[in-house]
Amino acid sequence: MSARYRILLPVVSLAVLLAAVFYMQPRAMSYFGLNLLFNLAVPIALATVAQMMIIMVNDIDLSVGTFVSFVACVTATFLHDTPLLGGLILLAAIAGYAAIGALIEARQLPAIVVTLGMSFVWGGLAVLILPSPGGAAPDWIRTLMTAKPPLVPMAIVASVLLAVVAHVLIMRTSTGAILRAVGGNARAVGRSGWSLVQLRAGAYALAGLFGVLSGVTLVGLTTSADANIALRYTLLSIAGVILGGGEFTGGRISPVGAVIGALTLALAGSFLSFMRLSPDWQIGAQGAILILVLAVRLLFARSGRRKEAQHG
Amino acid sequence: MATETPLVALSDARMHFGAVRALDGVSLTIRPGECVGLIGHNGAGKSTAVNVINGGLAPTAGTVTYALPDGSTGTGPAAARAAGIRSVFQELSLCPNLTVEENLRIPQRDLTGPGWRRRAARRISNALDAVFPGHRIRPKTTVGDLSLAERQMVEIAMGFAEGAAPARLVILDEPTSSLDASIAHHLMDHVKAFCARGGAVIFISHMLGEVFEVATRIDVMKDGKITDSRPRDGFTQQGLIDAMGHVASAPAEARRAASAAERIGEDVLLRTEEGLTARRGEIVGLSGLAGHGQAEALARFFLSRSAGMGHARRPEVVFVAGDRARDGIMPLWSILRNVSLTTLSALSRRGLVDRDAEARVGEDWRKRIGIRTGNMSNNILSLSGGNQQKVLFARSLASPAPIVVMDDPMRGVDVGTKREAYDMIRAEAEKGRTFLWYSTETEEVCRCDRVFVFRNGRISAELTGDEISEQHILAASFEMQEAAE
Repeated sequence: MSARYRILLPVVSLAVLLAAVFYMQPRAMSYFGLNLLFNLAVPIALATVAQMMIIMVNDIDLSVGTFVSFVACVTATFLHDTPLLGGLILLAAIAGYAAIGALIEARQLPAIVVTLGMSFVWGGLAVLILPSPGGAAPDWIRTLMTAKPPLVPMAIVASVLLAVVAHVLIMRTSTGAILRAVGGNARAVGRSGWSLVQLRAGAYALAGLFGVLSGVTLVGLTTSADANIALRYTLLSIAGVILGGGEFTGGRISPVGAVIGALTLALAGSFLSFMRLSPDWQIGAQGAILILVLAVRLLFARSGRRKEAQHG
Repeated sequence: MATETPLVALSDARMHFGAVRALDGVSLTIRPGECVGLIGHNGAGKSTAVNVINGGLAPTAGTVTYALPDGSTGTGPAAARAAGIRSVFQELSLCPNLTVEENLRIPQRDLTGPGWRRRAARRISNALDAVFPGHRIRPKTTVGDLSLAERQMVEIAMGFAEGAAPARLVILDEPTSSLDASIAHHLMDHVKAFCARGGAVIFISHMLGEVFEVATRIDVMKDGKITDSRPRDGFTQQGLIDAMGHVASAPAEARRAASAAERIGEDVLLRTEEGLTARRGEIVGLSGLAGHGQAEALARFFLSRSAGMGHARRPEVVFVAGDRARDGIMPLWSILRNVSLTTLSALSRRGLVDRDAEARVGEDWRKRIGIRTGNMSNNILSLSGGNQQKVLFARSLASPAPIVVMDDPMRGVDVGTKREAYDMIRAEAEKGRTFLWYSTETEEVCRCDRVFVFRNGRISAELTGDEISEQHILAASFEMQEAAE
């Protein structure tokens, strides 16, 4: 499947789901309704972009969820009480992510194991900082996340902005091209004299940055934090990247697709609520939607190959 | 005079990997305007020599000096880049997820800042136009969507492309392994023109005809040393093969006509929708220009016969891959595991693999096919390319399947290994196996009993017996295109 059609499927799945939601609940078709539908999608989209940075270099990050929870706890405590210290902690967390990337490359460790281990570290730190739910959101992030821009709700503006920034950063800049090249053929990159340790550390640092943004915006929406607030983000972010047309290996990713994938997953939750499905079944139903979309993608890929064979 | 200083000078360069002496004291100089043909069988140290020359490996002893454009000399990888040393590697080393123009960004560090894409697109387009006129590759195409031949063309063009440090020495390691004759010819012409303008080229190829066409000097490597170095006219093809240490075994050719009649059965064993037919014990060649549907025809046939239950235990057809990295080897596995892959179910009892039987099969094939390793439990990647290919042959031939499908299996394999493989194929055919053999080299196709020439995805000619000759194959490959022009 070439890159141009890669983006088509996530767009269509989002449109179909949105149409279904509007059909079942026409009142959602408003400024307020859209904001409500997509509000919680913004931190998920940020976490998905963070995961995408890791998948881009052929790794996978199982610590996104606990990392975002950790950041949320720091935001609701240190960043609120002592902004300077809070900011430093978050910067140190990004540096920590970069260090993990460097370690994985330098020692040739499997990322899945290292990040699984790190998920316990972040989770433990989060519990240390905030043993029971609480804390308070810094005012500026609260103001930002509840802002009401004219015409288009904040959630949509933020999502579009994120998609554009991530697209330019990864798909357009020359640095982005080199980072994707690491996923495509790391040996060729290394042979041209690039430091793979630096590049992988860079990709992980970007993941850390977007993870931090995810945690901060999440607190901006929820006003308080909890050490387990974002645990499900790990799987949601992986699903979002794949739903958005990304692949686990080969550096084939789409930032715009990843954001759309995250929105689709968030919307699937609302859709199932509208169907009055019991929450017990929702996770399973979300999985079913994911499988459905991926099955359609496989069909597209197959017919694409058949056409190529005919023309080739 | 400035042009007389060598671009690269190796002085007694040695490269040891543990006990292995990949380079054992190599001294050579390359001056502007020279095209050096570097030949030797796989494992002779050519790839190591290339990596030492381009600065990728620091020699364990000896020196490598580069002449920088400002007249001074330097050592190390940064100096190699500044001196304009470019390498085009044997195995394809592009990033398939990036576009053609984005791939140029990897070797060229000055492609950054606003407008870098436009500059990259211009550089790679100019280079492609110069080397391969009429190529039809657009810089915005994703490399994964290109054919193998087109990828190789892009890689070669990247070697010659304009950059911050202009290319002065381009090392081409098996550059034509995926190219057909007419495209390879464009490359030959460009190499000659490049050298005439004062550039230098190191040309590594197993196609001796190409080496004779472009090289001004030929260096022969054997066991990590340069054993012979003469101007091109000082060698003959036979002389070169002898110098590489492999003696031509002509009798195989003579045997062909005599044995073919009794070897090949009467009944048609297989027939495909394209019109391919093969009899028992027959070696059927697929030929024509590269990328005209031969590999696809083989893949379709193989998949149609290998699906379904029971195939693993009693395979009807086995596959020998040419693109080793993509279709062939299991890179994390040992040599033995790679050999035994297709025979695992025959080797297992009650669902468990009989390790002793597996080791016996491995040892048997190591001897029969001459896999050069001390220990079959070494990682497959410890072998040279030619030996990896032998492992793939062993994997397929170890199974009892009556039909063997081969997709250009001799790509980047040295002459000696090829000879051994030819004899092995013939011996297996005499035991009653049928071979479907796609090859980009006419010389190999001429060893077959029956040849189908492909053009535009269809069979344009079926040749048997004395009809199988280079002229007939070329005529069948080109006929239509000449008429259209």
